[in-house]
Amino acid sequence: MNNLLVLPLIIPIITAVVLVFLREQILLQRVISFLTMIFISIISFLLLNIVKTDGIIRLDFSGWLPPFGILFVADSFSILLVLTASILTTICLLYAFSTIGNKHEKMFFYPFVLFLIAGVNGSFLTGDIFNLFVCFEVMLLASYVLVALGGGRRQLRESLKYVLINVVASWMFLIALAFLYGTVKTLNMAHIAVRVAEVGQDSLLTTVAILLLIVFSLKAGLLLFFWLPGSYSVPPTVVQALFAALLTKVGIYALIRTFTLMFPLNQDVTHTIIGIMAGITLVLGCMGALSGRDIYTIATYNVIIGVGFILIGLAVGTEIALTGAIYYIIHDMLAKALLFLLIGMMFYVSGGETIVKKMSGLITNYPLFGWIYFLVMLALAGIPPLSGFMGKVLIGQGAIEAESYVLLALGFASSIIVLYSLLRIFLASFFGETTISFEDKKPIPKGAYVSFILLALSIVFVGVGAESLAVYVKDAAKTLMNPSIYIDAILKG
Amino acid sequence: MESLMMILIGVLVTVGTYLVLSRNLIRVILGTAVLSHAVHLLILTVGGLKKGAVPILSQSQGPFTDALPQALILTAIVISFATTAFLLVLAYRTYKTNGSDDLQELRGMSDE
Repeated sequence: MNNLLVLPLIIPIITAVVLVFLREQILLQRVISFLTMIFISIISFLLLNIVKTDGIIRLDFSGWLPPFGILFVADSFSILLVLTASILTTICLLYAFSTIGNKHEKMFFYPFVLFLIAGVNGSFLTGDIFNLFVCFEVMLLASYVLVALGGGRRQLRESLKYVLINVVASWMFLIALAFLYGTVKTLNMAHIAVRVAEVGQDSLLTTVAILLLIVFSLKAGLLLFFWLPGSYSVPPTVVQALFAALLTKVGIYALIRTFTLMFPLNQDVTHTIIGIMAGITLVLGCMGALSGRDIYTIATYNVIIGVGFILIGLAVGTEIALTGAIYYIIHDMLAKALLFLLIGMMFYVSGGETIVKKMSGLITNYPLFGWIYFLVMLALAGIPPLSGFMGKVLIGQGAIEAESYVLLALGFASSIIVLYSLLRIFLASFFGETTISFEDKKPIPKGAYVSFILLALSIVFVGVGAESLAVYVKDAAKTLMNPSIYIDAILKG
Repeated sequence: MESLMMILIGVLVTVGTYLVLSRNLIRVILGTAVLSHAVHLLILTVGGLKKGAVPILSQSQGPFTDALPQALILTAIVISFATTAFLLVLAYRTYKTNGSDDLQELRGMSDE
């Protein structure tokens, strides 16, 4: 029992409600939301260290012991993601301060970011599958507003699709929950795992598992990503960055949790399907990234490639591969956020240009900006010592161990495509003759530079300091591989 | 009783799916509402329709009815209520800005 555990969910909600009443005081809104995120980052860091020393901790709400009540559980995996998400949101807020504009700020932009992060943290921390549904909805409702806020013609049209897709996905989630409850009569994730192991994972339970797979794949953008490129390219830059970094990762987290803890028994069926889906996702994502002419298409398809790559780790399912997947999720959250912030800034400084070939020579005017782009490109391609390297190596090693050479080949081929697609932007848009004269160039706001540098530093840190993260990541992977640790901590503690 | 409920749920899902697949935006939203009703009934049914007494210790001896599905449905109704309200507002704004509530026409529209 540790009451700290609820803070990453409850603090953003409370502050968001308070901020609604401070609509006109923009400066106050900024300060409060920023301090809130810093506070949550510190809390998550403390929690991470508590988990390291004491093992898995849980919080039973109003003292209802599991499996009867709703509970929050923190193991290293979930708390690492909470920490990354909180730090990243803090940095994205810095970018938002200088770029988002008065109109958004007065229309409750900060409260909705806080609601979003509350939903994200809740999804990571909950130990009850119905509560996971509720946290998903908190996150999604906030994201619906954020994607539609601004109200351009194209934006409204795309957000309508986004909302409808997610409403249908949530509906399927409820169906899966209904059948799950009808079969095993419990909603506590650890208890579900026990019950599933008792009755054996028969065809009905496997069907439920596959239904959950479809739901989470829709959220994560695994194979069912048709809605993603459209809706990720319409909202303001900082919202894109938050979406690319957080929303798909929540889906991935749910997938990993479901198929390592609750339904790990019928791997021949479920993990094979995940593997096939991951492979196809990689191929289609690469095709999209190669065919894209504008920066947004290339960036959004890179998100999809990232999703496919992480799920190779789950499909392979060895401990090393899962360690790699966790490293890669952390890397992907940071790097994709930075990529989208940079792409958005390119759009801004080039005066609303999105086509790669029509931009030129940005690096002459903005040298630091250009080199940060270069850095994130190398990180995404997995060049050592940056953050993507560790995850790629470990996932690759896991794939060799499990002898899934097709996934291995697809995974590493996709790295080359990622490098190529991003290098194309670098060569065409950053190098070459500058089209903007020195006098006309729009200055990049200082806040934006600070957020770029902070994200770049964290990417370097995750790469160079992989060793210091290793204790946490290894513990997380160990818990994922041995669900009994998780189950015992909840049902016997 | 359960079989009858399952048939009803099937009918609702059919109606909902038909509506969601139509071109008119309001029909799509109504479709999602019908679909959510169907799944609420599904949760109620798979939880077991009324078999025992009210689940209050002092009032009866048991066997008790499982109260959890109703709690789940209550939560799900609130959520679908909020989502539907938001969808309706969004649909109205889209109609105002784009001048059409036909999904086929919206798709073909130029951006500016």
